[in-house]
Amino acid sequence: MSVFAMEGITKAFPGVKALSDVSFACAAGEVHALVGENGAGKSTLMKILSGVYQPDAGRVVLGGETVRFRHPVDAIAAGVSVIHQEFSLLPDRTVAQNIFLGREPSRRGIVDERAMERDTARILKSFTGEHGISPQSLVGDLSIAAQQMVEIAKAVSVDAKVLVFDEPTAALDEAECEILFAIVEDLARKGIAIVYITHRMREVTRLADRVTVLKDGEIAARFDDVPEPQAIVAAMVGRDIGEFYPPPAEPEEIGGPLLVVEDGGNARLKNIALTLRAGEIVGLAGVQGAGRTALAAALFGAEPFTQGRVSLAGARVDIASPRAAIAAGIVMLPGDRKAEGLVLMQSVRDNAMLAARAAGRMLSGIARTPFGTQREIDALLKAVDVRAGSFDQEIATLSGGNQQKAILARWLALKPRVLLFVEPTRGVDVNAKAGIYRAMRELARGGSAILMVSSDLPEVLGVADRVLVMQAGRIVSERPRGTSEADIMHDATGEAHRVAA
Amino acid sequence: MSAADGTAREARRFRLPAINPVWFILAALIAAIAIENANFLAPIGYMNFLKRAAPLAILAAGQVYVIVSGGFDLSVGSLITLTVVGSSMLTNNDPAATYWVIPLMLAMGAVVGLVNGLVVSVLRVPSLIATLGMMITLNGLAFLWSGGAPRGYLPETFRFFGRVNLLDVPLVNILPVALLVMIGVGTLLTLLMHRTAYGKLLHAVGDNPRAAFLAGVPVARVRVTAFVISSLSAVVAGILLGGFAGVSTDVGAGYELQAITAAVIGGAQLLGGRGTVPAAMAGALTLNAIFTLLNFLGLPKPVRDVVQGLILIAAVALATLRRRRAGR
Repeated sequence: MSVFAMEGITKAFPGVKALSDVSFACAAGEVHALVGENGAGKSTLMKILSGVYQPDAGRVVLGGETVRFRHPVDAIAAGVSVIHQEFSLLPDRTVAQNIFLGREPSRRGIVDERAMERDTARILKSFTGEHGISPQSLVGDLSIAAQQMVEIAKAVSVDAKVLVFDEPTAALDEAECEILFAIVEDLARKGIAIVYITHRMREVTRLADRVTVLKDGEIAARFDDVPEPQAIVAAMVGRDIGEFYPPPAEPEEIGGPLLVVEDGGNARLKNIALTLRAGEIVGLAGVQGAGRTALAAALFGAEPFTQGRVSLAGARVDIASPRAAIAAGIVMLPGDRKAEGLVLMQSVRDNAMLAARAAGRMLSGIARTPFGTQREIDALLKAVDVRAGSFDQEIATLSGGNQQKAILARWLALKPRVLLFVEPTRGVDVNAKAGIYRAMRELARGGSAILMVSSDLPEVLGVADRVLVMQAGRIVSERPRGTSEADIMHDATGEAHRVAA
Repeated sequence: MSAADGTAREARRFRLPAINPVWFILAALIAAIAIENANFLAPIGYMNFLKRAAPLAILAAGQVYVIVSGGFDLSVGSLITLTVVGSSMLTNNDPAATYWVIPLMLAMGAVVGLVNGLVVSVLRVPSLIATLGMMITLNGLAFLWSGGAPRGYLPETFRFFGRVNLLDVPLVNILPVALLVMIGVGTLLTLLMHRTAYGKLLHAVGDNPRAAFLAGVPVARVRVTAFVISSLSAVVAGILLGGFAGVSTDVGAGYELQAITAAVIGGAQLLGGRGTVPAAMAGALTLNAIFTLLNFLGLPKPVRDVVQGLILIAAVALATLRRRRAGR
C-alpha cells in the first residue's frame, strides 16, 4: 500500500515539456531512489509533490485521497516534507527555535522555551549515531552535517509521512554520510516513505529498495530490485557509457617531480611534504575539515603556506597569492563553483577568458589576451564540449556541468603545469562527469601534474594514480591505485594517526 | 528536455530584444519637452539643454565605474565644490593660471580617488562610509580654503569649457564646448569600460570579487582605478560647472546622489556587476529632462528633490522586478 502515488503527471513550462505522463509512488517504510541527469525532471516532480508547482495533468494521491496542494505549507501540513540541498534554517537562532519556527509552544502567551528544548532533545535522541547536537546551540555554529540533521528533525517534528531527500550527501564527507545513511534507514524502519534523490550510485545500492530513473521528463526505467550501478547509469544516459573512468597512467608516462612541498604549514596545515609528478593524477582524501581544501588553497596561494618550501620544476617559488600561483603555472578549479568560480552576470565566453585577461595588460582589447584570442578560447570551449546556444549568453543560464566545463576552459587557456581540482564534479551529471575525468587524464598525458580533492571516494579511487589521505591538517598516508575504500577510511579516521591536541 | 532542445531554447531567450529602456524614456521626455516648449527644437534650445546636462552626464559616466565595481562614490559632489573653489582661489583672476590650475585640479582628483580606493580595498571600509567621510572632509576643506565666503571670479580662460558656445558651426549653428567635453569624456570612458580587458575585469570584480581574486584578477588595483576615474570625472564636471554656475561653496551639493540616480536609471545594478557608460549618461540626460519639464510646469525646487528620490527608489525596484521576471 503506497503512502503516496503520483499518477500520469504532466507538466510543461513555456517552451519545454518538463514531465510527461510520469507515475511515481512510495510505500511506507520504503526508500525509493529517484535518479537521472541534471534537467531530467527530478526536481520538478518533487516540487509538484511538495506543492511548489501544480501539475498540468495527472493527480497526486496521499493516504488514499486525491490531494491538491496549492502551497508547500499545505504539503507540510499533510505530512510531505523536503530536505533541500540548501537549508532553510536561520543561522542566528538555536536548534530548538529553528525546529519550532512559526509554531512555538506557548504558555499564557509566552513562548515556552523549556518545552521546545525538551521536545527537540527527544527528537534528536531518536536519531541513531553520535551527533552531539544540543537544542540550545546556534544553528550557524553547527557543521553542515549537523545542520542537515536539524533540517531532518524539523521535518520529523511535524509528523512527516513522506520525506524527500534532495542530494543530501552533496556537502558531506564519508563519516557524515554514514551517520546520514543510518538516520535514513532508521526513519524508513519507523514507517516513513522516503524519496531519495542522488547522483551517487553507491548510495542507491546502499539505501534504496526501489529505483526510478527519469530521463528527459519521462520514466526511463524502474527497478523493483536495485540492479548493478552500470544498469542504472545506462538507463540515465540512454546508452552504455562504457569506461566511466579513463585508464590510469602507464608507469612510463609519469615523469619527474614537478611541484615539491617540504615541511609546509599554516594555521590549518602541519608538516606537509608533497610531491606531484608530471603525468600523474594524485587524489587527496580525508574527512571534512581534514585540510584537503586548505592544502589546495595553500598551493594556489589563496591561503598561503606560512612556513616551509615550495619548488616548481626544481626552482624555489614563493606563492603568496593566486596571481603569483597563476604566473608560476599553478591553477585551481575551486570547489564552490557559484561562490568561487562563476561570474554569473557575464557571458560564457567572458567567464572562460577571465584568467587570461587578468594575466594580460589592463588596456588590451577584449578579444586579445596573452594566452590566445577570443577565437582560440571559443575553440577551447568547444573542445571541452560546453553546450550553449551561444557563448555570448550569460553563464547563469547553463547547467552545472556546462558551467564547470567553462571554468575548466578558463584554466586550460593558460596551459598550466599544475592543476588543482577541488570537488570537480560536485552537482555535475553523469555525462559531464565522464567528460571532466577524460579531460583530467588528457592533461596528465600532456605532462601536467594534477591534484584532485574530492569527497566522492569512488571517484578518487577511479581517477587517481595514487591517493594521499589527510587527517587534522597532516598527510597521514599514501595509498597506491587499487586501494579499497575501507583502507582509506581507516587512514582518514584511524586513531593511530590522530595527533594529541 | 534533450540537449538540442535546451540549446535552442537558450538561444531564443538570448535573442530577446535587449534595448535599454532608458532610451525610450529619454525619447518620450524630450518629446514632452518639445510639445511644452517649441523653442526646444531650435539648436539654441537643445544645445543649452545638453550644455546644462553635460556635468552630470560626465559625473554619471565616472560614477558607473564605481557602481559596477560594487561600491558607491559619495565624495564627487564635494569634490566638484573643492574644484570650483580651489580653482577660483588659485587662479586669482589671472587668465594664464588656468593652464596650470586645471592639471593641478586633475592631480588633486586623482589623489582623492586613490585615497578613496585604498581605504575601500585595503582597509576594507565599506565604500558608502569611506566616501561619505571623504565628502564631509572635502566640504570642510573647500570651506576652510575659501574662508567661508568664496570671493573672486574664475577667469574667462577657465570658464571657456563650461560657458562658451562655438558659433557658426555647420548644421547645428551653435556648439557648446561643454558638449564637446562630454562627448570626448563619454567616448573615452565608454571605450575603457566596454572595449578593454579592464572593463571586463571591473564587471567581474563587482559581480563576484572572490571568483575574480581566485582567477588572478588584481582586485585592489581594479577597484582603486574605478575610484580614481570617478574622482577625475568629478573634477572635469567641476571645471564645467565653474564655467556657468559661478563660485560658491554649495556648487556641487547633491550631485553625488544625482549621479547615482542617473546610473541607476541607466540600468546599472547597485552592488555591482552590471552597468554601461552610455546608459548611465542617458540616465543623466533623462534626469535633467525631468528637471527641465518640472521647471516648465512651474514646480519649485523641493518638488524636484521629491521626484528625484522617488525615481531612485522606483528605478531600483523596477530593475529588481525585471530581473526576477527573467528568473535571475
